[in-house]
This record gives sequence, C-alpha cells and structure tokens, in this order.
Amino acid sequence: MDWLTTVDHKKIGILYFAAGGFFFIVGGIEALLIRLQLMFPMGANGESWFLDGQTYNEIMTMHGTTMIFLAAMPLIFGLMNAVVPLQIGARDVAFPFLNSLGFWTFFFGGVLLNISWFTGTVPDIGWTAYAPLSGEEFSGTGSDYYAIGLQIAGIGTLVGGINFLVTIINMRAPGMTFMRMPLFTWTSFITSGIILFAFPALAVGLIYISFDRLFDANFFVTATGGNAVLWEHIFWIFGHPEVYILILPAFGAISEVLPTFARKRLFGYSSMVFATALIGFLSFMVWAHHMFTVGMGDIANALFGVATMLIAIPTGIKVFNWLFTIWGGNIQFTTAMLYATSFIPTFVMGGVTGVMLAIPPADFQFHDSYFVVAHFHYVIVGGIVLSLLAAVYYWWPKMFGRMLNETLGKWSFWLFFIGFHLTFFIQHFLGLWGMPRRVFTYLPNQGWDTANFVSTIGAFFMAAGVIVILINVIISIKGPKAPADPWDGRTLEWSIPSPSPEYNFKQLPLVRGLDAFWLEKMDGKKEMTPAEPLGPIHMPSPSILPFFMSLGLFIAGFGFMYRGYEFESMFINNLFGNNIIAISGLAITFVCMFLRSVYDDHGYHIEVEELQKEG
Amino acid sequence: MSHAEAHLDKLPPEPEKATLEGRNKVLGFWLFLGGETVLFGTLFATFLALRGSVLDGPTGSELFDLKLVAAATFILLTSSLTSVFAVQAMHHKNVKNLMIWLGVTVLLGFGFLGLEIYEFYHYVDVGHGFTTSAFSSSFYALVGFHGAHVALGVLWIGLLIIQLKVKGLNTITAPKIYVASLYWHFIDVVWVFIFTIVYLMGKVG
Ligand code: HEM
Ligand SMILES: [Cu+2]
Repeated sequence: MDWLTTVDHKKIGILYFAAGGFFFIVGGIEALLIRLQLMFPMGANGESWFLDGQTYNEIMTMHGTTMIFLAAMPLIFGLMNAVVPLQIGARDVAFPFLNSLGFWTFFFGGVLLNISWFTGTVPDIGWTAYAPLSGEEFSGTGSDYYAIGLQIAGIGTLVGGINFLVTIINMRAPGMTFMRMPLFTWTSFITSGIILFAFPALAVGLIYISFDRLFDANFFVTATGGNAVLWEHIFWIFGHPEVYILILPAFGAISEVLPTFARKRLFGYSSMVFATALIGFLSFMVWAHHMFTVGMGDIANALFGVATMLIAIPTGIKVFNWLFTIWGGNIQFTTAMLYATSFIPTFVMGGVTGVMLAIPPADFQFHDSYFVVAHFHYVIVGGIVLSLLAAVYYWWPKMFGRMLNETLGKWSFWLFFIGFHLTFFIQHFLGLWGMPRRVFTYLPNQGWDTANFVSTIGAFFMAAGVIVILINVIISIKGPKAPADPWDGRTLEWSIPSPSPEYNFKQLPLVRGLDAFWLEKMDGKKEMTPAEPLGPIHMPSPSILPFFMSLGLFIAGFGFMYRGYEFESMFINNLFGNNIIAISGLAITFVCMFLRSVYDDHGYHIEVEELQKEG
Repeated sequence: MSHAEAHLDKLPPEPEKATLEGRNKVLGFWLFLGGETVLFGTLFATFLALRGSVLDGPTGSELFDLKLVAAATFILLTSSLTSVFAVQAMHHKNVKNLMIWLGVTVLLGFGFLGLEIYEFYHYVDVGHGFTTSAFSSSFYALVGFHGAHVALGVLWIGLLIIQLKVKGLNTITAPKIYVASLYWHFIDVVWVFIFTIVYLMGKVG
C-alpha cells in the first residue's frame, strides 16, 4: 500500500527500476525469440523452423516498443529520480504528486500494451507504426493497443520531464550554480527539455492514428486524401530526439563514473555542458535522415545529411573529454568502471556507422538492411544499456543501502560485453551482404546462415549476463550494508547516508564549487557545511489519487479501443458500443483531478527533536 | 475588520510567487505551455499539409463566414483582457472584483463556445463532417482541439471561483488563479493563429 501512495522521489525511482527492469526482461525474452527464429534459415520446403511470420512481426514490434518506451525510458527516469535531487542538494522534487502520477501513467500504459498478448491481437506494425500499415486496412486491434498504450505512457513521460526541469531550475541548494551542477544533472536537464518538445508531437501523431482507426478520419488514409508520409515526419520529429533523450543521461552517468574511479576531475567540464546543450538542439534538426528513401528530393536529403553529420562534432568533444579524464588517472576497475570504459569504444563504433548512414547515397544501400539493425543496437545497447548498467552498479548502494557483489558483477560484465559484440558486430556484414531487416526468415545458402547462427549465440551470452545480474540483485538483499560513501565519491549524494533518509538533507548543504563533496574532503572535512540551521522539514503527504487517475485512463483506453467491436454478450456490447466504459474511465480520472484541486494537501512536518533523535 | 480581511493584509504583494510551491507551479506551467506549443504546432502543420485535400467536400472558402469568426475572435480577445483585470484585482487583494472578472471571463468563454458549436453544426449541415475529407479531419482536429481547451478552461476557472468563495485568497489559491490566466492567454494566442491561418488564408483560397 505504501508503494501505491508514495510521493517520495527515491521510492518512485525504485518503482521505475522495478517496472523498467521487468519490461527489460520481457523485451529481452522477445529478443531471444527473434534470434532463435533467425538462427536457422527456412527449410527445404520453405517452412519456418520455429515461428510464423505474423507471430514474428508481433514479437519484433513488441521488442522494439518495449525496450524503448517501457525499459530504457523508465530506467532512465528511475535514475533521475534517485540521483538528481540528491546531486543538487534538494529536499525533494518540485512536484512530488505529479511525479507519482508520471510513474503510474507510464506503468498502466505499459500494462495496456502488454495485455494485447492475452487478448490475441498484438501490435504487428513495427515500433515505428508506419502508415498505412498501422491503418484500419492492414492491421487489427493490435494497432489500437499501440496507439493508446503509448499515448497513456507518454503522458507520464511529459509530466516527468516538466518535473525535473522545474526541480533543477528552482530547487538547487545554496551555492549550487548551474555551472557547478554535476554532469548527470545537466544531461537530465537537457533531456527533460527535449522530452518537453518531442513528446507532444508523438501525442498528436498517435491521436491521428486513433482517429483514423476509431472514428474514420482521413489523416493517413491516402484513398481519402490523407498523407502517409506525414506520419513518418511526425513520428521521426519525435523519434529522433527520443534517441537523444535516451543517450544523454547515459552520457551523464558515464561522466560521473569515469572521474570517480579515475580519481581525477572530469576533463573539460564546461565543454561537456556546451556539447550536451548543442546535441539537444541538433537532435531536432535531423529527423528526416530516417526518410532519405521516401522521395524528399536531393536538396532536402543533402541538408539533412549534413545536419546529421554535425552531431558528430559535439559527440566527438565528449568522447575526447572522457578519454582525457581517464588518461593518466589512478584507475580502479570496479564493475561500474568496466561498463563505463567499455562503453566508450562501443559507442564510438555505433556513432561511426551513424555517420555512414547520414550519407544519403550510401543510405540507399544500407536502408532497411541489417546494417541499420547493427547500428542502432550499437548505440542503444552498446551506448545506453552499457552505461545504464554502469550507473546501476554505481548508484545501487545509494538507492538500496546494500552493496552489489563485485565478482558476480565482473562475470555479468564479461558475459554481456562479449555477447553484445558477438551478436551485433556480424550484423553489419549481414546487412552489407544484403539481408533485409524485419524479415522473419531467409533462404539457406545465401551466405547468411553462419553469421545468423553466430549472432544468436551472442544473444544467449547476453541473456546469461542478465541472469547473473539478476542473481546479484537477489543476493544483494542480504548483502553487506553500504557505507555513505562507498566509492570515495565527488558529488553531493555521497555526503548523506545510504539509503538516503526521506528528507534527503537534514540541513541544506552549502556548495562551494564543482564536485562539491570532494572539495570539502580535500579541505579535510568529513561532511558538507550546512547552509541553514536545523529546523522542521516540510514533507508532502502520500496520495492514492495518481494511481486512480492512471487507472481511469487505462479503463478509458479499453473503452475507446473496443467501442466498435462485436462481443458475444449484448450487455458488454452495449457497455462498449455506447462508450459507457470509455466515459466512466475518463470520469474516474476527472473526479480524481477535481479532488486534487479542491482538497489542499498541506503535508506534514518532521520536527527538530525527531531529526536529532536520528542522530 | 473581519478575520478574512486581516488575513488578506498579511498576504504579500504577489501572492502567487510567495511560496516555493507557487513559484514551482508558475514555472512548471510556463514549461507545460511550451509543450502545448509543440502540440498545436503539429496540428497546424498537419492542417497546412492537408488543407488542399477536400475531395468532394466543400472548401474553406465556400464554408467560412468571416463575420461569425470575427465575432468569436472579438469575444475571446475581450475575455483575455478581463482575465488580466482579474489578476490585477488579485494583486490589489480585491477578492470581490477578482471573482467578478473571473466570472465575466467564464461568460465570454461560454459565448465563444456557443458560436463555435453553432458554426460546427452549420458546417456538418452543409456536408463538412469530420470524415468528409483529409481537409475536414485536420480542420476539426485543430479547431476542435482549441475548442476543447476553451471548454476545459471554462470549467477550470469556474471551479476556481468556487474555491475562492470557500477558501478565500491565499498563497495556495493565488498561484492557481495566476496559472489559469496564463492558460487563458495561451488559448487566445492560439486562436489568433487559427483565425489567420485557417480562416483568413482559407477564405483567400
Ligand atoms: C538484449 C539483447 C538484444 C537483442 C538480442 C536484440 C535483438 C534485436 C533483433 C534481432 C531485432 C530485429 C531486427 C529486425 O528484424 O529488423 C531488434 C530490433 C530492435 N531492437 Fe533490439 N535487441 C536487444 C536489445 C535491445 C534494447 C536494449 C533496445 C532498446 C533500448 C532495443 C531496441 C530495438 C529496436 C528499437 C528495434 C527495432 C524494431 C523495428 O525495427 O521495428 N533492442 N533487436
Ligand atoms: Cu535518427
């Protein structure tokens, strides 16, 4: 019950971790099924050895959608919740209530999407849901699950983004100027800004799909004057920034882990901040590099190609800064550091193929081949997942108050790292040898058999790595208690106990420079100088409303999806057909909003005596 | 001096920014409006891309009656002004005037909605339904979305008037009123673009 009503950002961070981790495993199982199917070519009589085409399309769609929206995003939000307020010396986030609402809408959106597995109509349109494939003519209710599930989850993302923007602007501790903010906070800040401008575009696109499908609108239906390429524009105006929404916090985490374990300050701090902001801006300028082959014309292709290559500049700045950070450092290869250092070359490889893809004439060759699959997995898994794992090992003690086992950590690292390159490196060549993506099977003896076999073996190595991580997590429940500062850290979160108390900082710290805690330690102090006397601390009260608001949207989603459906029972038919379900769902949400607005939440105070008792 | 008025005297000059919660709310709402800008931007872009696709349905220049739309525009712009008066009254801590101006704003909002409903009703009558053409779908999506925003705003401000009556003006209600007025201005600005891009440009051809 506590978990359903919590508005504590640290607990919400843990909720995000649990849900995101769960969906990561679901998406991983889907990936294994994909790779199993592609392990062998089709038989002599043309039969598939494992899955049929429809099932494959469903698994592939759900894999991509799940990994991006239900695994990577929430894990990043989990980290932001766990770390950002601590790094800036804040007692709380700006909107604790909205924070919880953001989690629950994401969660119910994800559940809605995955319920499709049990109702027999799974999205089969790819994570990009291209029109007209996603229209009424070519796809069933699965596409409604996609559009409505993501719509609900997207609300949560937007709300979360605004929350972190305001938190970082308004709630920094005394002395914590913008140019003293740790890099992870900086990247979370820019990422939240990108979310704010990217997600509304997706929301509108998803509404169009729903309108086309449920209310016979004509946005993407070419027969009635609609424009299918319009969807591609809308999707990628959201979709390209989305990949930077994912990678920037990953960059941030790397920029925290490397200095800590190299015992040096981050090289080129201000250029890192500048590069982050520049990447955030450029991410909106390049969406059409996903559309070189739709016939935009040479001039548009050339412009978008060049714009894309420009991103290599700030990214290059970052890579060199990381290298200079570890250069000559006193390096400690903890598990977190292993992940962080292996991230650098892996990500660079993905970046290089990205620049290759940005050359329009070359892209005509690479497009929709396995080369693209290899590229985005190098950046998404090699970039985002490796750095998320670094971040998890690094901040786990702060979040849970327990240490993860280092030996197991190293095992999981090597399994995952070797498995990753085994899976995806060879896919570059598969692509160059002509294997198209999104196919569920292929003819034998075209020179693709061995490479596919190898790639699948690699996937199983990665799965083994993930299993070791799970074991590590489970045994850490009884593992050694974490000290406040297990890594001899540099930033504020390490100056308070692990796990951090509900009010974060008993007294707000006075920040005197970059790497605030390190500065104090270098001056021979053990803790931060407080910026205020000890006083009562105001806390927001827990609330169940966010849960019910999201539940209402979830119910309404079903109501809209099945409004035109023929059920066996007349009664159920009437409920859906007359929009009764849809309206009651929305009513639940609105009543909760009304209650929230009318009853003021005064919260409560933790009194000084209590704080002193805790020591 | 009554109890409530004594309390008003202690209220700082800009009560919406007096607490951290209030400042957070105002900033967060500005950011939210940034997101709304993208939302409407996408709707506008769609409309511009599809407005030529009328199929057998009527075109914009056949449909639009500028006199009606001008009246609606006038009403909505006036309501923005009255919401400014409301915030001014709030800063003068004149709760009575504050409630009156908010009330006028709500009434004008209802007036606008009435005209819009009449307009849509008329269009459907002459064969311009939501499903008629790509042009009509994008028209109703854009203008309808704006209309839904107005309807929500009217409900919201109405609810705030009731809250003011019950709780009075304080550091919790003040940010809500301020933020609602921001929302109302935003809707107004969007309408100016709709008036220009949909109606004026549609009339010309
Ligand atoms: C854990 C190991 C993983 C394996 C073995 C794996 C494997 C695959 C395979 C085989 C495909 C299908 C490509 C095609 O047929 O076109 C695919 C697609 C995709 N994957 Fe992964 N993947 C993994 C992890 C991830 C992660 C962590 C993410 C995101 C954070 C991700 C995002 C995607 C996306 C977006 C697609 C595109 C789907 C589409 O084209 O419609 N993958 N993956
Ligand atoms: Cu892109």
